[in-house]
Amino acid sequence: MDANLLSSYIFAVVVLNVLLGLMAYMTYLERKLMAAMQDRVGPNRTGPVGLLQPIADGIKLLVKEDIIPKHADRRIFLLAPLLSFVLAPVAAAVIPFGDSITVFGHEVNLYVADINVAALYFLAIGSMGVYGIILGGYASANRYSLLGGLRSAAQVISYEIILGLSLVGVFILSGSLSLVEIVNQQSETLHLGPLQLPNWFILSQPLAFVIFLIAAVAETNRAPFDLPEAETELIGGFHTEYSGFRFSFFFLAEYISMIVISLFGATIFLGGTDGPIRDGVWWLALKAFIFLFFYIWLRTTVPRFRYDQLMGLAWKVLLPLVLINILLTGFIRLWGLGML
Amino acid sequence: MSLEISQGTPVEISEERALTDSRRQMVLNMGPQHPSTHGVLRVILTMEGETIVGCDPVLGYLHRGVEKLGETHRYSQFVPWTDRTDYVAAPSNNLGYILAVERLCGIEAPERATYWRMIMGELARLASHLVWLGTHALDIGALSMSLYCFRERELILDIFETFCGARLTTNMMEMGGFSRPIPDNLPGMVRDFCNIFPEKQVEYESLLSANPIWLSRTRGVGVIEPDAAISMSLTGACLRGSGINYDVRKATPYLYYDRMDFEVPLGTRGDVYDRYLVRMEEMRQSISIIEQCLDQMPTDGPLSLTESPYVIPPHDSVMKTAEDMQRHFIWVIKGFSPPKGEVYQAIEHSKGELGYYVVSDGTPIPYRVRLRTPDFVNLQSLPYMAQGAALADVVALIGTIDIVLGSVDR
Repeated sequence: MDANLLSSYIFAVVVLNVLLGLMAYMTYLERKLMAAMQDRVGPNRTGPVGLLQPIADGIKLLVKEDIIPKHADRRIFLLAPLLSFVLAPVAAAVIPFGDSITVFGHEVNLYVADINVAALYFLAIGSMGVYGIILGGYASANRYSLLGGLRSAAQVISYEIILGLSLVGVFILSGSLSLVEIVNQQSETLHLGPLQLPNWFILSQPLAFVIFLIAAVAETNRAPFDLPEAETELIGGFHTEYSGFRFSFFFLAEYISMIVISLFGATIFLGGTDGPIRDGVWWLALKAFIFLFFYIWLRTTVPRFRYDQLMGLAWKVLLPLVLINILLTGFIRLWGLGML
Repeated sequence: MSLEISQGTPVEISEERALTDSRRQMVLNMGPQHPSTHGVLRVILTMEGETIVGCDPVLGYLHRGVEKLGETHRYSQFVPWTDRTDYVAAPSNNLGYILAVERLCGIEAPERATYWRMIMGELARLASHLVWLGTHALDIGALSMSLYCFRERELILDIFETFCGARLTTNMMEMGGFSRPIPDNLPGMVRDFCNIFPEKQVEYESLLSANPIWLSRTRGVGVIEPDAAISMSLTGACLRGSGINYDVRKATPYLYYDRMDFEVPLGTRGDVYDRYLVRMEEMRQSISIIEQCLDQMPTDGPLSLTESPYVIPPHDSVMKTAEDMQRHFIWVIKGFSPPKGEVYQAIEHSKGELGYYVVSDGTPIPYRVRLRTPDFVNLQSLPYMAQGAALADVVALIGTIDIVLGSVDR
């Protein structure tokens, strides 16, 4: 077998397992952070400071009864959570976790795949994950679930466009869709007179970054865009009828999506593994953590949008802004290249 | 015998276009088990997409026959039952009933006890408004608010606990005043709360009042026109949010509310946001009333009308004198008989006008007890407000009426 391919496989397994482990502790982090923000203690009974809580939760969900509603579309009902869960970590395949390292004499690249349309691949996988939610909502034969699925479909169509377009500015500047290439370009240093700044795209594309941030929250169905589940209106929406581990698949998918889209945002806008001292995966982790903290902070702070307001925000506010951003970036790029 | 499976008649295109509106509609059964109906309210919603075209609240899932219980128990035995109608503001319910019975008997509690009744009534209003704010914000998606509100509500419940030993169903008001002494640390606790609470309220408002999402969810949603509010006989913040100045504390003052200096906040547009502002201002006014009560209250003096035949004799004298022991025995075993007559006593509850109509036929058991609970009446504005609203608005509307199903169903 090709040694390169083998090392890619091994790295993929490592990334997958790290993601699953992180996801479990992401739930812990969220609960602890939310508890701190809401003036309470959070999980503290299972293990030291509640550190075993995610494991206890996992075991609990595994031994719960798996209920399939009588009128549900059985096959789709069983398939939907798997679809969400499988597609969530697949998107991480294109995230570069650093330069290549040497392990036992073999050179191992710290990314699973460097494809030239990596960003496009990421968006495509991300939008496929929503099929799990739509199908789950439809197959439950429950009106709340159906409404959740409908909302999810509308939301993803709107925000997928915003998310994709917000990245176009970066693509114009970098001239590439490959994430490895985008990271490499950001590791250069800008000299603005006496100032020395990293060439991160957040500095040249601040508007796009803000829009990306909003669209990323909507893309992962997190508060204040958590309309598909909206527990106070739709009693959980698409996952109302799910129980046991099938239910948790949806949640695992949501948390993995959060981590992956944070890594993606950190890679595109914040320079990925680039840092002030000693570049490495720890910088990427720190940047992703900032994103995740923002997610959790948002959830504890703001109320939920209404369905029509969510659509209005996407089509009336964000879309024009992102188009203006693309236009400006395009002109500046042409001017910079001396073509205007 | 063979079963014949009938073939479905194919729908022709012309027929499909002629589908009536009702076939495009979906009926959604919200409740009685639903996280945002504040109890066991059931709302049958007819929807087109996410727009409500029909809304039909179904009540009675928590009906316990409280009024009938009032007609089968002695006057003083019914007080704990009033706790269980609106259980988030139990002292107010006690107060309304006790005031009604006291008026029937023609007695009035001593000054100090009356002031403490006002303090407890206003604290109950605050406790109820905090539950309203927390759950209302939670319904709209601001989930931290509920925890912040319950944190402050805990202080009020601690005051109740120090005062009477119970936190939720307090059963604290008694005929003719209070038979238990006021704990020494209680005025201090109430003062502390009055000092702490205003800055906490600023914290809530900083999270909500100017929040664009909160504004977009509440501004212009669930508008009640002033005429409609009157014709549905709404009271409380639902009425005052529409700009109509009616507060029982001002209109027909009871206790010492005529001695108090406070304002009745009024809304201008009658939407969810105005009702939110009205209730927030009411909380400020309540704090001011409590402070005025503490300032005006005589520090010493009787807490109970010990000589009245309608009042339970004080514990000390029951242990010492034969007359009081006999009186106590009769009071407990047989109860007291108010003179024949009927009385309607209304108080300004946190949710609106809470009225108790008590008819006495001269026996120790009331002939009729009728509760006019404010949220039962206010709930009829739900179909009015829900017309044309979105599904997400319905939870905001249920929150803004501020219902407690124990009080609606009784």
